[in-house]
Amino acid sequence: MKAIELVGITKTFGSIHANQDVNLDVEKGEILSLLGENGSGKTTLMNMLAGIYFPDAGHIFVDGQEVVIKSPIDAFKYKIGMVHQHFKLVDLFTAADNIILGEKMPPFSIKEQTQEYKIQAANEISALSAELDEKERKKAIGKINNKRNLKTCALPFIKFGKIVAFNHLSRNRAKKIQAIADQYGFEIDLKKKVYELSVSEKQTVEIIKVLYRGADYLILDEPTAVLTPQEIQKLFAVMRKMRENGKSIIIITHKLNEVMEISDRVAVLRKGKFIGVVNTKDTSEKELTEMMVGAKVDLDIHRDLPVNPQPRLVVNNLTVLNKEGHKAIDDVSFVVNGGEILGIAGISGNGQKELLEGIAGLQHVVGGDVIFYNPKENKPVTFFHNDLRQIKQKAANGMFHYPDGSPVDLKGKSAKEITKLVNDEQILYYENEVIDLNKKTPREIQELGIKLSFVPEDRLNMGLVGNMSIVDNMMLRSYRKGKSIFVNRKRPKALADKIIEDLGVVTPSDMTPVRRLSGGNVQKVLVGREISSSPKVLMSAYPVRGLDVNSSYLIYNLLNEQKARNTAVVFVGEDLDVLLALSDRILVLCGGKVSAIVDARKVTKEQIGLLMTKLPDEIERYDYESAKESLETHEPEQTASEEPALDLAEKEDKTND
Amino acid sequence: MTKIHEPLFHLAKNSNVNPRRKWALRGIVFVISFFVCAIVSVGLTGKGMDYFFKYFFEGLFGSERNAWNLFHETAILLLIALAVTPCFKMKFWNIGGEGQVLMGCLGCAVAINFMGGKVSDAATIIVSIILAIAFSTVWAVIPALFKAKWNTNETLLTLMMNYIAVCLVNFFIKSVATSGTGILVFSNGVVGSIFGNEFVLKIIVVAVLTTLMAIYLKFSKHGYELTVVGESPNTAKYVGIKTKAVIIRTLVLCGVLCGIAGFLLISATNHSINDTSVGGRGFVGVLISWLGQFNPIFMAIMSFLVVFIERGSNALANGGISLGESYPSIMTGIFFFFIIAVEFFVNYKFVFREDLQAKIDLCTAKIKGVFSKKKQVEEIENSNKASDSVSEEIVEEAVEESAVTVEENEEIPSTEDVEEKEGK
Repeated sequence: MKAIELVGITKTFGSIHANQDVNLDVEKGEILSLLGENGSGKTTLMNMLAGIYFPDAGHIFVDGQEVVIKSPIDAFKYKIGMVHQHFKLVDLFTAADNIILGEKMPPFSIKEQTQEYKIQAANEISALSAELDEKERKKAIGKINNKRNLKTCALPFIKFGKIVAFNHLSRNRAKKIQAIADQYGFEIDLKKKVYELSVSEKQTVEIIKVLYRGADYLILDEPTAVLTPQEIQKLFAVMRKMRENGKSIIIITHKLNEVMEISDRVAVLRKGKFIGVVNTKDTSEKELTEMMVGAKVDLDIHRDLPVNPQPRLVVNNLTVLNKEGHKAIDDVSFVVNGGEILGIAGISGNGQKELLEGIAGLQHVVGGDVIFYNPKENKPVTFFHNDLRQIKQKAANGMFHYPDGSPVDLKGKSAKEITKLVNDEQILYYENEVIDLNKKTPREIQELGIKLSFVPEDRLNMGLVGNMSIVDNMMLRSYRKGKSIFVNRKRPKALADKIIEDLGVVTPSDMTPVRRLSGGNVQKVLVGREISSSPKVLMSAYPVRGLDVNSSYLIYNLLNEQKARNTAVVFVGEDLDVLLALSDRILVLCGGKVSAIVDARKVTKEQIGLLMTKLPDEIERYDYESAKESLETHEPEQTASEEPALDLAEKEDKTND
Repeated sequence: MTKIHEPLFHLAKNSNVNPRRKWALRGIVFVISFFVCAIVSVGLTGKGMDYFFKYFFEGLFGSERNAWNLFHETAILLLIALAVTPCFKMKFWNIGGEGQVLMGCLGCAVAINFMGGKVSDAATIIVSIILAIAFSTVWAVIPALFKAKWNTNETLLTLMMNYIAVCLVNFFIKSVATSGTGILVFSNGVVGSIFGNEFVLKIIVVAVLTTLMAIYLKFSKHGYELTVVGESPNTAKYVGIKTKAVIIRTLVLCGVLCGIAGFLLISATNHSINDTSVGGRGFVGVLISWLGQFNPIFMAIMSFLVVFIERGSNALANGGISLGESYPSIMTGIFFFFIIAVEFFVNYKFVFREDLQAKIDLCTAKIKGVFSKKKQVEEIENSNKASDSVSEEIVEEAVEESAVTVEENEEIPSTEDVEEKEGK
């Protein structure tokens, strides 16, 4: 029998069909991947199963019975639980408190409880050994009765506590929660407050919460998006264990390698429509992509060797404070070369945002230098008075080369000859203007004529204005030009039309508010504008977050184009596969410090994953500890069952006292 | 099949609605609110509907002066709404329009009180304009400075400064007035009439300022900057807009407009000052600004409607039926209730459960059917009259069907009657 069956589910938001006549079924004890691009309606569909939305049309069957799910409470009634992409936890509560949150207290009657105590006491009295003499017996009975009376006296208070939902629950429920955690091998300290937990631990809390409520059908919405490769493996192990226990899991994702690894079957959605279900064994990544996108896609990311890389942006010992005044970036140094892509990897929230914003002049920089080498191409020069040795030094630094890019050999040429060659443009000469960007505001940087473009991660909050039209957004960078008190919308309009045409932005018109566009189109508008100024440095933070496959590849191509233009490109990414395929070098951030700068052509995903969680000097220790851990895990059953039992015994002792 | 407990209806966002339809809906709701006002006042007074309309419109258009007054009041209200609009567009919640205008009044009154009659009227007027603008600009810029410097909450600050302004005015009146009425009346150094009409000047000034403001908000760099600051402060920072400067600049503009409003109120209208010289227009102006969606043209329409209801019911309360001072407030309250509520129905729609929707469709179809049949009949009859070429069968059928529906309607009460008779 099918565990869950969706028939003809339709949901519209205004004129947008989020789901159109979707049919989907889940068997008992299987892992089903729900695959689709961003905006294809995966989350909407699952939200209808979890009671967040109500379908416009269609039927839902659970265990063959038709059901109506109006609210999350209904969903739990039918044993459906969902772990959302954005966790819904109370930061100030402990993990255990969050798990029991919202649970109804069982009915509590003082009368029944008193009766129970009476029976208990009677049992205890009858259980007294017959060997005791009269005096000892009386004493024992008196003790039991006293205990009973005391307990009975406490009942009104307990009742009151239950009425006001006193935190009495968490202590009793902790055992049950711990048992669930042990059963599936979750590693978590339930007494910790949520704000102290890492992202993966928060996710664990969410999953335990759902299991605790007795869910047999779990929905995980993009659970791997925030995890490192190591944490993903742990999660998958837990999921396999759940499958063995007969739970059905629906995992929403758009990462193909994970789909292939974990799921039994794959259901594909495209633009709100149900495309089909395939067995994972019988399919390939390529086939799935075609189903997902609807067309053949070349999944290889093109990467050229950098041509003539010159330092463009040098960051020395940079320290940046975040809003709370903590060090978000601590003593970071690196160099970005023109004509190469520097990838930045790290778990989200490890200082990527502050690093880029610090360079762009948007964050409070407390220490260090940001030095920008502004290239001046082939200006007329006179070397007559310069020492030939100095000129040769410059040549060694790669300042001279032929128009086709090959380096110049200056042997046997006098200073006069070189000057003539340069001024005749037979040899190209580059000299960098050195500018310190430190503690400059974005406006000052702009006014210095530095072409520094920045694609921030939160597009609609920083970078674009959602309620303004595409044209108005185009002139954000340039509206100040000219002395007129009125804005000139002619050029921005031309630029907007050009970007709409070149990048294929889908929009009703160039006067449409940007907020109404889909994520991919918003990003095209932003990247298009930033590139239009022909930047020397292009910084982009998560430029493909929330984009469909085609838009993502368009963005990669744009970044590669900029690299070919000899722009220094900084690319902060979250998908390690893409980072490894696109960048030339990768800087790994961990806790606001540089963990390592590695050659992207030589490093593996696992190595980066490790560098993301631990600084290099910690890794040696980590290796030792993980080895120790793996030794210990040979006997997990014992420790798991013993510890809570000990706790129980201790607690009982205390209550008896 | 199991019985399903589906909710009766749920709400859905109503996007892509034709703006013309939106405005038609708003217009209809205005008419409805007007009739509700009429019904409520009939209920309160027990006098007929004709009474209401008679005094309402007589108060508005009864005399030339009344009609001028309607437009002049609209102009003053619109000016104050214009003053606070750039602030709201910048998401600076300036609810201190009342106090800022009152400070303008005070500045104007100070100038007239100490100069009126002693120097020429022209000099007094110029000084009073300058003082009015200076006073209200100071009052507007103080919260802006606090906001820019320490990011204080401007809502509370501007609100509280209203009350300080009221107290300052009272203090001024107490310290210079000879009588104890709490009103200071001026006879010299005020603006008289132009072209033999005391209202024209203000209407012209406001019309010009409205146009300028519309241009400022839409086409100027300043207007663009303040929109960016309001919509997304992070983006403003990102493109290098000096947010603090923009906040202060915008509030200076607000202060200048409030000062002009204060001057027009004291020197060109009331020729006197007391602590209710502004009379709540500062707060109504905020409402107008929002209801007009920060568009000066829509704001003009909205302020006209508000003044229309307010002055009409005022005339009713004072002239026709003695209802007291609160009556106009009740009427404007009803008006605002409807106008604000309609926004919900403009932006959202109800999606009914399938069976319910079917019933509704059936009902509407029936209603439409009755109408269309009647129309059909009429059309056919008309065409029959014009030319007898149409076959009579269709007409007969249509007439019969409509007759059947009428009969059905009549049958029900008749049977009830019979039952009742039997019961008796």
